[in-house]
This record gives sequence, structure tokens and C-alpha cells, in this order.
Amino acid sequence: MTIPVTIRLQSADFDAAAEARLLTQGRADIGAVVSFTGICRGGAGADAIAAMTLEHYPGMAEAEIARHAEEALARWPLMGLTIIHRYGRLVPGDNIVLVVTASAHRTAAFEAAEFLMDYLKTQAPFWKREERAGGPSWVAAHADDDAAAARWTPGKTSSSS
Amino acid sequence: MKILYFAWVRERVGKAEEVVEPPSSVATIGELMSWLAGRGEEYAYAFENARVIRAAIDQTHVRPDTPIAGAREVAFFPPMTGG
Repeated sequence: MTIPVTIRLQSADFDAAAEARLLTQGRADIGAVVSFTGICRGGAGADAIAAMTLEHYPGMAEAEIARHAEEALARWPLMGLTIIHRYGRLVPGDNIVLVVTASAHRTAAFEAAEFLMDYLKTQAPFWKREERAGGPSWVAAHADDDAAAARWTPGKTSSSS
Repeated sequence: MKILYFAWVRERVGKAEEVVEPPSSVATIGELMSWLAGRGEEYAYAFENARVIRAAIDQTHVRPDTPIAGAREVAFFPPMTGG
């Protein structure tokens, strides 16, 4: 049976609950759904963010996400997968990204969702530009995001065994 | 070949894309960055710290030592910050 996989890049908002329901409706074999939503944070004081613009590489972004979706399907017994990533200008409180994984049991759903988020943060061609009172600035990549992604690659982490 | 720039690399170069014809002595991604850096002040600024810049050939991530022979589309961009 074909596993339903939905990948969308869009400027419009998404409905996380509706997307999760789409994966499970009419099915009695799914025992676990994990839904992760990444949200634009505002911060406080002089460092507060007024807005954020997400730039992406059309074509490559879809291809990179599809490649990692295939890897997740190969590594975990998933029964459904939805990935939505927004682009364009967002304000604090807006949704940025959605990953929904469905499986018979929770472990596969949790792990696959975390794997996909770690890779979206470090490998998918998106760049965040934040607007503050002092002016706009591009978000710098975080070393801990790289470390989080590296733990899914055998031999790249000291704790792998 | 077509070159694409994203995020602050795009802002520094001052354009999102262009078509260039590097000489045949430019064989790798790293050499292409050095060649581009010599094209003007804005390119020198964009590629001043080439080690932090990532690249893709035909929409696949590549390393600085990757040959560019046969590439149709080469993209340069900062480390990614999606998700």
C-alpha cells in the first residue's frame, strides 16, 4: 500500500489539527500521530522581533525535503507523513513549519518527526531574516542545530553505539 | 552557467542570478568562488569569507572541492536556517 506523503511549500498559513486528521481519517491501523509546529517567536525588549522573512530556493527546497521524507520512510515504519514549510514575511505568533508523522506505535512517529525537523533546520535551503528596531539581520546558523542533525548519521556522533 | 545567490550572499552581490562563463581553468566550486570574488568589489565582499558559504550544483548540496564540469545551475548561500 502506498504511504500518503504530502509536502507543501506555501506562503499561506496551515491548520495543524486538520492536517493530522487528514492522515488518520478512515483508518484503524494508525496508533500514533506526532505533530510538530514551529512558530515565529517575538522575543522581548530591544531584541524583540517585529517580523521575519523566510527566503527559500524554489525547486531545491522541495527536492531536499522530498529526499529526507524518503529517508524517514526508509528508516521508520511510517503510515503517513505531512511536511509544510512556509515562506515569505511572518510575524510573531505565525506558524512556520509543520511535520506530522503517523505510525502504528509512538516511537517511530516521535523519532521520524525529530529527524525531519533536525534536517529541515540544517539542510533545507531556507534562510530567516529578522526585523528588529535596530534594523534587519540574517539569522546565523546554530552549532547545536548541526549537532542535532549529525546524531542521525551513523559514525558522526560520539554517543552512537 | 547560471549562478544563483541567496540571503546575504544575494544582498552583497546585489543580484539574485546571472549567467557567467568562467575560464576552463576554473574547475571546482572553490575555484569558482575565487574567480567570482575577483569580478568586483561587491563580489569580493560577498565571498570574503568563502569558507562559510555553502554551494549547490543543480539543486544538490556540494563541497568546495566538487568539480563544476557539466553544471547547469550553481547556487551560493549562507548556512541554512529553516525549520
